[in-house]
Amino acid sequence: MKFTIDWLKDHFDSKLNDEKIIDKLTNIGLEVESFQSQQSELDHFLVAKIVSSEKHPNADRLKVCEVDIGRNENVKVVCGAPNAKKNLITVYAPPGAVIPKNQMKLSVSKIRGVTSYGMLCSEAELKLSNESEGITELSTNKYKSKIGKNYFLNNTPKIIDLSITPNRADCLGVRGIARDLAAAGSGKLRKKNFPKIKSSGQQNLKVKIMNEKYQGCAAFGSYLIKGVKNKESPKWLKDKLLSIGQKPISAIVDITNYVMLDLNRPLHAYDSDKIDTEIVVRNSKKGESFEALDNKKYVLEENMCVITDKSGILGLGGIIGGTRSATELGTKNILLESAYFHPKSIRKTSRLLSIDTDAKHRFERGIDPNSIEEGLLVAAGLIQKLCGGTISKKDIQINKRFKQRKIIFPIAKLQSITGFKVPEKEIGKILDGLGFKVTKKKNVLDLIVPSWRPDIEQEIDIVEEIARIIGYDKIETKLPEKVRIKPTLNKQQKLFHFLQRSVASKGYFETVTWSFTDSKINDLFKEDKKEIEIVNPISSDLNVLRSSIFSNLIFYLKKNLERDFKDISMFEIGPIFIGNKPGDQEIVLAGLKSGLASRLNWIEKERKLDVFDSKRDVIQTLHEIGLDPVKININSKTPNYYHPGKSGAIYQNSIDKLPIAYFGEIHPNILLKADLKTDALIVFEIFLERIKIGEDKLKDLKSKFQYSDFQKSERDFAFVIDKNFEVQELIKIISDVDEDLIKSIRVFDVYEGDNIDKEKKSVALNVTIQSSNKSLTDDDLNNLNKLIISNVENKTGAKLRS
Amino acid sequence: MSDIIKIKEEYLNKLKEISDLKEINQLKSELFGKSGKISNEFKKIGSINPEERKTISSQLNDAKNELHNLIEKKINDLEINEINLKLKNERVDVTLPERTFNRGKIHPVSQVIDEISSIFSEIGFSVEEGPDVENEYNNFTALNTPENHPARDMHDTFYLDKNKKFLLRTHTSPVQVRTMLNGKPPFKIIAPGRTYRSDSDQTHAPMFHQVEGLHVDKNINMGHLKGCLNYFIREFFEVDKIKMRFRPSHFPFTEPSAEVDIGYELKDGKIIIGEGNKWLEILGCGMVHPNVLKNVKVNPSKYQGYAFGIGIDRLAMLKYGINDLRAFFESDYRWLSHFGFDPLDVPSSYRGLSR
Repeated sequence: MKFTIDWLKDHFDSKLNDEKIIDKLTNIGLEVESFQSQQSELDHFLVAKIVSSEKHPNADRLKVCEVDIGRNENVKVVCGAPNAKKNLITVYAPPGAVIPKNQMKLSVSKIRGVTSYGMLCSEAELKLSNESEGITELSTNKYKSKIGKNYFLNNTPKIIDLSITPNRADCLGVRGIARDLAAAGSGKLRKKNFPKIKSSGQQNLKVKIMNEKYQGCAAFGSYLIKGVKNKESPKWLKDKLLSIGQKPISAIVDITNYVMLDLNRPLHAYDSDKIDTEIVVRNSKKGESFEALDNKKYVLEENMCVITDKSGILGLGGIIGGTRSATELGTKNILLESAYFHPKSIRKTSRLLSIDTDAKHRFERGIDPNSIEEGLLVAAGLIQKLCGGTISKKDIQINKRFKQRKIIFPIAKLQSITGFKVPEKEIGKILDGLGFKVTKKKNVLDLIVPSWRPDIEQEIDIVEEIARIIGYDKIETKLPEKVRIKPTLNKQQKLFHFLQRSVASKGYFETVTWSFTDSKINDLFKEDKKEIEIVNPISSDLNVLRSSIFSNLIFYLKKNLERDFKDISMFEIGPIFIGNKPGDQEIVLAGLKSGLASRLNWIEKERKLDVFDSKRDVIQTLHEIGLDPVKININSKTPNYYHPGKSGAIYQNSIDKLPIAYFGEIHPNILLKADLKTDALIVFEIFLERIKIGEDKLKDLKSKFQYSDFQKSERDFAFVIDKNFEVQELIKIISDVDEDLIKSIRVFDVYEGDNIDKEKKSVALNVTIQSSNKSLTDDDLNNLNKLIISNVENKTGAKLRS
Repeated sequence: MSDIIKIKEEYLNKLKEISDLKEINQLKSELFGKSGKISNEFKKIGSINPEERKTISSQLNDAKNELHNLIEKKINDLEINEINLKLKNERVDVTLPERTFNRGKIHPVSQVIDEISSIFSEIGFSVEEGPDVENEYNNFTALNTPENHPARDMHDTFYLDKNKKFLLRTHTSPVQVRTMLNGKPPFKIIAPGRTYRSDSDQTHAPMFHQVEGLHVDKNINMGHLKGCLNYFIREFFEVDKIKMRFRPSHFPFTEPSAEVDIGYELKDGKIIIGEGNKWLEILGCGMVHPNVLKNVKVNPSKYQGYAFGIGIDRLAMLKYGINDLRAFFESDYRWLSHFGFDPLDVPSSYRGLSR
């Protein structure tokens, strides 16, 4: 909402200066977005000083001047004036400026081979005088401190731009703003000054509001004004509109706009000669169409509120008029409409048709239903004054009567919500100022809500009115109490934060990417998940919710590879989406590493990253979050974007249906399709919500400390076993031989090749044996040895390597 | 001369000649081994008559100690010599680079969420979360923003179905709805998370982060709201003094509603939070609207409280001097490295929010 202080003062007398008014507006909830003059063409012209002046190399009568215009660097200007001398203070016009005298727009130009940036102006060129000999000479004393400043003072009035919240329909007119300011004690609201108009004759154009379901029009008031002479608006009216950046059109249109901006009362003027017989306000039928004043043809759905005549649609009520009945400069007779349209109906229609107009903006927020007559009166008075004509008696058709809203306000509510107390007398004064009718009763106020405040429905709205007018600075700051109702984080949230930092501590950069992605990349990682489309995506390459974090990670990996990074480690923890309903999502931590391990390091051998690098990061992380390493089970069933032979799925327990993590090398197809140029790419995913975390806290776990001081023994075994036999199973068989005595098993060699059957491999393991209650004898150890060998041989068909 | 003296003299002489660790160990075992000369003498003691036994055994002990000490000393000296000799050849250039290590980083958004959680944890708030995909009811209707309410225009919503029933939440406020529907008052929660609006330029990203706050109990009023936010802002920006301004505003789900500005000044093009005479809008808040309480089955004549919503990314930008919001989500390795935080920098009250 834009207006000027001058306009505000049409309604309001105040002793406050502009700045105070601006502050007050913000303090009562009418946020001032800006308070500044309109940009003016003359803002281009700057006070400048000639720093040096030399003869033009190719022209005797021209000079090349270096000019200080108050910026970091001086500009070079070619000038023909004899008085362009060093130290002269003058007026400079930069490229882009329009010279007042001849309306010539300056551009950077070459004058006899020397580039000139702008121009030094004579008084004649600036229309200051007729002096065209030489450039303007400004007094050194007066202007030496103004180098770089505007030469012309900007006299256009400053415009206040308010950001009006959707609840404050009443402040979409200057009068409403003045009323609020007055209620807040910033001045006195002037009495309304209605013109006295002489009406004669009946309004004999019949207006009818159809009584039907969904009827969007509650009341339709009109005057018929005959014999007007439409013309250009007078200066005061044009200036008023121009002062807030609106373009004047013709007196009749300008008057309706002015009344809307001033009183928040939208009006519409029809050329009544173009109306066929009568006006009927009714619901539209599907498929009806008309051409609107924005020169677009609209095809309507059913039940939109339309103003029609015998020939069809004239306009969309409260939204936009039609070209067929538009007023023109030649218009002689007009029908002036002042109506009330229901906000819901307006909003529905304008949304379906995507129309936004000033009238629609006001009607959908709810204008004052009691302003119909006032609007007619003020506008008709102005029309008659400016364009002449005779005004008929008014005609007001009512379909639905407006009911005043009443609220019983318990005075104690104010303190209960705001924490501060206001004397009853002051409460009464504030509400009265805002237009409430106040009747004091015991502990309560009986209130009648002003018709222009559709937003005020209940007690709490009254609290807000009083609080905002009193000022929020009256609210006392109460120190927060440290009372805790439940722990800050639950187990799952703790796990989230732990995982995040655990992975980061392994050299990964955490990143945050959109929850949506490009369906083309997403397809590479979606598997058989449903594609979740966004109906109105921000762009076609962010058109689906991500089915995998890799959809985005891979994209940004590529960007970083293109920046010439080679060894990249990144991860993200966040949601992936399985469906389009709330809850169809899962938190995943996905990480990737590209390139080489120890690139260009003098002491370490370069090697490509491989599946076991990724396995290390995942397993270590899982250990750190407290999973039992013995129970973890791994198989090779992984999604299709993993390398089929070099990836694994991790299960928290061998009986679990769903894995808690995947790790491995990426499928070579992905590298190809995503066009990734890297030495190697390993990835992993951890599915946070699938991890079962016990109820035990660390204090429970730590207290179970047991250790053994008895002698430890180690034995090495090498088994020759089927090539495809998984070592995980071999370890389990050994460990099952005696879970108490066998403390750990390490694989220290896997060998295939010479001396070993082609279908076999040799696996060498180191087994640590320790009892928790005695020293083991040689016999004990030998027995265990034999058991291990026989168990492995019997269960796997392996042979101890001799 | 007794055997003992003889042995002693003989070996003392031998020891003088020897400077090789192996030979000394050889000597040692000749004397003290299982059938070494001194060991044998000890074995004989039992058969010596009692009169002489005392003298001889003391003689033997003396000899044993003297030889033993000498041998140990000699061994020790030789070992040290040997190490010293070895050390002369064991010099490396320690200025050569170490073995590879990789530093990870935590994203500023995550770090700031942790900072926020830590601050609110101190005053008894717990963390709640909700889904990114919401239904239209939780995101709007329950929050007193019925269909056809102009306030819906303030949010450019991403929809997931043609009927506009399912959407990406435009704010974290639906977590309020979920929390209150699923529990009983009092409520004292914050809800950080991703939020979405179809808006994209230098200061708007289609995805951003908010933290919602909600405190509902029997006597919570705007004074508590002011106190809570004042505490939060001061702690978050780690400044002693903070200038704050509560300005009336409008949100459908709170009433009275306020926007909060904080004071700042510009120094060398950088925003300094705290004092100064410029105002920066940083959050919206208010008292939970009775209609919202009714919608979530909380009795508004018994309970009341406040709610607030803060842009997390914006807080991060202000605190850590980040200019471009979009850069948060572009995963530029250089940016992540510069603005990221060490994973060991876990914000907490005892170590301070940040280093």
